[in-house]
Amino acid sequence: MSASTHASEKPTFDHPLNVIVATDCGSTTTKAILIEKVGDEYRQTFRGEAPTTVEAPFEDVTRGVLNAIAEIEELSGRRILDGEKIITPCRDAKTGVDIYISTSSAGGGLQMMVTGVVQNMTGESAQRAALGAGAIVIDVLASNDGRLPHEKIERIRTMRPDMILMSGGTDGGAVTHVVEMAEYIAAAEPRPRFGATYKLPLIYAGNKEAQPQVRKILGEKAALEVTENIRPVLEKENLAPARNKIHDLFLEHVMQQAPGYRKLIDMTGAPIMPTPAAVGLIMETIAKREHLNLIGVDIGGATTDVFSVFDGVFNRTVSANLGMSYSISNVLAEAGLANIMRWVPFNIDEQTLRNRIKNKMVRPTTIPQTLDELQIEQAIAREALRLALIHHKSLATGLKGVQQERTISDAFEQQASGKSLVDMLKLDLIVGSGGILSHAPRRIQSMLMMVDAYEPLGFTMLSVDSIFMMPHLGVLSTINENAATDVFVRDCMVYLGTCVAPIGRLKDGERLAEYELTFPDGRVVKDQLKMGEVRLLPLGLNQKARLAMQPVKTVNLGQGMGTPVSREVQGGVVGLLLDGRGRPLQLPADEPARVAALTKWFESVDLYPRSQG
Amino acid sequence: MAHSYTPGLTVTEQTVIRRRRQLPLPGAVLVAVGDTVQSNQPVARAELPGKVYPLNLANQLGVAPDEIKDYLIKKEGEPVRKDDILAENKPLIKWFKTEIKSPITGTVESLSTITGQVLLREPPRVLELLAYVDGTVVEVHPRQGVTVEARCSLVQGIFGIGGETFGVLVTAVAKPDEALTPAHLTADMKGKIVVGGSFLSAETMARAKEVGVAGLVVGGIHDKDLRALLGYDLGVAITGTEQVGFTLILTEGFGTIPMAQKTFALLSAHAGEKAAISGATQIRAGVIRPEIIIAKSAGAAQPGVAVTPQREGIRIGDPVRIIRDPLFGKIGEVSALPADLQKIPTESEARVLEVRFPDGQVAVIPRTNIEVIEGL
Repeated sequence: MSASTHASEKPTFDHPLNVIVATDCGSTTTKAILIEKVGDEYRQTFRGEAPTTVEAPFEDVTRGVLNAIAEIEELSGRRILDGEKIITPCRDAKTGVDIYISTSSAGGGLQMMVTGVVQNMTGESAQRAALGAGAIVIDVLASNDGRLPHEKIERIRTMRPDMILMSGGTDGGAVTHVVEMAEYIAAAEPRPRFGATYKLPLIYAGNKEAQPQVRKILGEKAALEVTENIRPVLEKENLAPARNKIHDLFLEHVMQQAPGYRKLIDMTGAPIMPTPAAVGLIMETIAKREHLNLIGVDIGGATTDVFSVFDGVFNRTVSANLGMSYSISNVLAEAGLANIMRWVPFNIDEQTLRNRIKNKMVRPTTIPQTLDELQIEQAIAREALRLALIHHKSLATGLKGVQQERTISDAFEQQASGKSLVDMLKLDLIVGSGGILSHAPRRIQSMLMMVDAYEPLGFTMLSVDSIFMMPHLGVLSTINENAATDVFVRDCMVYLGTCVAPIGRLKDGERLAEYELTFPDGRVVKDQLKMGEVRLLPLGLNQKARLAMQPVKTVNLGQGMGTPVSREVQGGVVGLLLDGRGRPLQLPADEPARVAALTKWFESVDLYPRSQG
Repeated sequence: MAHSYTPGLTVTEQTVIRRRRQLPLPGAVLVAVGDTVQSNQPVARAELPGKVYPLNLANQLGVAPDEIKDYLIKKEGEPVRKDDILAENKPLIKWFKTEIKSPITGTVESLSTITGQVLLREPPRVLELLAYVDGTVVEVHPRQGVTVEARCSLVQGIFGIGGETFGVLVTAVAKPDEALTPAHLTADMKGKIVVGGSFLSAETMARAKEVGVAGLVVGGIHDKDLRALLGYDLGVAITGTEQVGFTLILTEGFGTIPMAQKTFALLSAHAGEKAAISGATQIRAGVIRPEIIIAKSAGAAQPGVAVTPQREGIRIGDPVRIIRDPLFGKIGEVSALPADLQKIPTESEARVLEVRFPDGQVAVIPRTNIEVIEGL
């Protein structure tokens, strides 16, 4: 087997890839899947998982990998392991695999610090470059970030990033501020998170005129790599070279230091990718292939990653401390108790809820055993999803500081440069991934969590990753795009259905719109959607129906107030959700009314088992 | 599953532990392999570089960055005292003279003719790394630190705050399900590690601060009291650097939860002995749990091999603690291990086990919701 070691190069293989085993080493569990060529198409056939073992007492990530693969062996009857080695390539129909590939976010992922000159210009571009490469940005330093020079130096010293990305200045512009930042970094003598003896990887992607000075100041103090400017001119971002450099350094430096990764790198037949980078690749591919605007989310135990593609522009953000286990307590701290409580359909006193959340934080691998515990976790998930999207919207913006041409007609609509690219009315598809969404006992629960958190407007499709395999398919797509696409379409993506949400607010019970739904078999349903109600209509997977809706004059379905809409809607495993709760979504403030409203909505879509709900 | 393990917390009377003591940056190791060390004894020393103060001389003097060398009084590498003149201009008229004084005592570290700034650094601060546990040095990591081995009793907690400290263990309550109240804390507990029972209230914490106890070990606390103690809502469980007046260790979790009988009995049996404790907790990326280490006396110390608890699959008869509602905190014994997935009330299919409680009742619990009480 031959595979290159640089992430930016495409590996080549000297044998066909018919049986593939892929793992994702997450912060909590290592998930393995087996992909086999069945006839002419690739299918995901078996799945195994085991606790991730980057921590004591094992401190060797490959243990968890071998355990997860061993589970696949047991289930599939295929012999994959020879002791602690993976048998490659296949020896016969029941022995070995053709390649082993992996992604990883274990050990806290890739933590980066970025610097720029102007915070919302080069600072943000650097942040986007790092986030797009799958990193967690732990701080953004900029000449104008309001911190005093010695505070900046102290900050660089105390944070222990895996890598620093320096940007600043357009090519040919002033060098002073970039050089000044290099001086601060040199004075701080930053040290990496893992390994006391190696130099911190540092990428310089700023004004090319400052390269010689930066080399002089930082060449000895850090493992310096110089690449193209991420903002060569104000009007243009050039993130790809810096992203590729981040991937290369991630493999060459950072991963070499994490427990057991040296062994893992030797085991894999293609470069290991940071999990979010792999998921991002899949999201970007879906959007391009289907010509869609989409929002994707991967909600994990420690972090929530949000991806968006609008008009072909890809963005990714990671909310490092919004998650469902390790970071669950931080969701409470950021959202506030009241925001979580508004989604809980029963009364619970603050002290009990707070204690329960903290107990999940200290024992992150536990699962809800009772229905009320599940409802609390799903309430927290709604807030984590909501906060992560707010974060994403603030970073997924057009370039700031760019001069805009305005005509007289724009005078009434003064928009600053750097407007968010996320436009919920243009959104076609929401893709959910991560334990709480992929493993919800009922698929409607995943759908409603995303609808409540994102408040989609007008017509929006929703889907989930069936069993959490997007990271695996992301890394697979770098070596065999056909295999990744086959599995993605057939086994990974589960279409939940379409959500139709009129925009506007009326009094409870007032008519929002009249609708006529024509099913594929010719059956027609005519009815009204009233304010405050949620309806779930049966429309199965791969079924399409025509929905004609006439909103009242103060309500908008995306085409303007009172303008009728007629369009095809796609079904899914859940169906067609008519959300008449109004936008923006508002819940009753007083508790009995709120509990009553939630109970009514949840029962109308059969969200939870009725006897106990 | 082939090599599955169930995480648990160690509570053991007899074990050998190794603790790596590492300087944050290279320095000097003060002890040698084979040396017997005390918990409060420095084993390594490093000089932490002083804080850096940048000063833009070019701006302050109103000259071009590449000219600042001409105006400097103190050169690169020279020591300076606070208010020493660093640089001055030479105007024709004396009144227009500008003098730039040093804001700190330290050295002139570097100057840049591109940005016109000079970097001043405060003198280094000496950092002494203590042994933390009474034991023997078994390994020296040149310039980085040492590994200390100790034969000891060990109790791991689930969550803690505050750093490493030492003190004599004292049991303040009679039973593990008794809450620790302000009345239990007396003036003679100053500098000691106080073991409580099921719960610690905000009032008791205030009293503990007043008395000056070194550490508190209890079953549980309320999250709202933790928030009041810290002054903020703890978002992510990475602790150990808090300065709240004492080190706090929870053995069970949040809420009123009786301390496990085994933990309480072990700690009580060592009342009057010296213990080293650390509240440092890190749930993510390299789990660190808070711990109470009671080293065996020097006479009993023999060179031994560190015992790393070998976690194997869970077995019938294992003592377990339930770590999720509705039976959170209850302790029992594994009575059955059904192999097939079972539907639990949430409708999820999960791998489960049966737990028998001391009163003879049996409950079916997801396997991820129990913790083995280790170290028998």
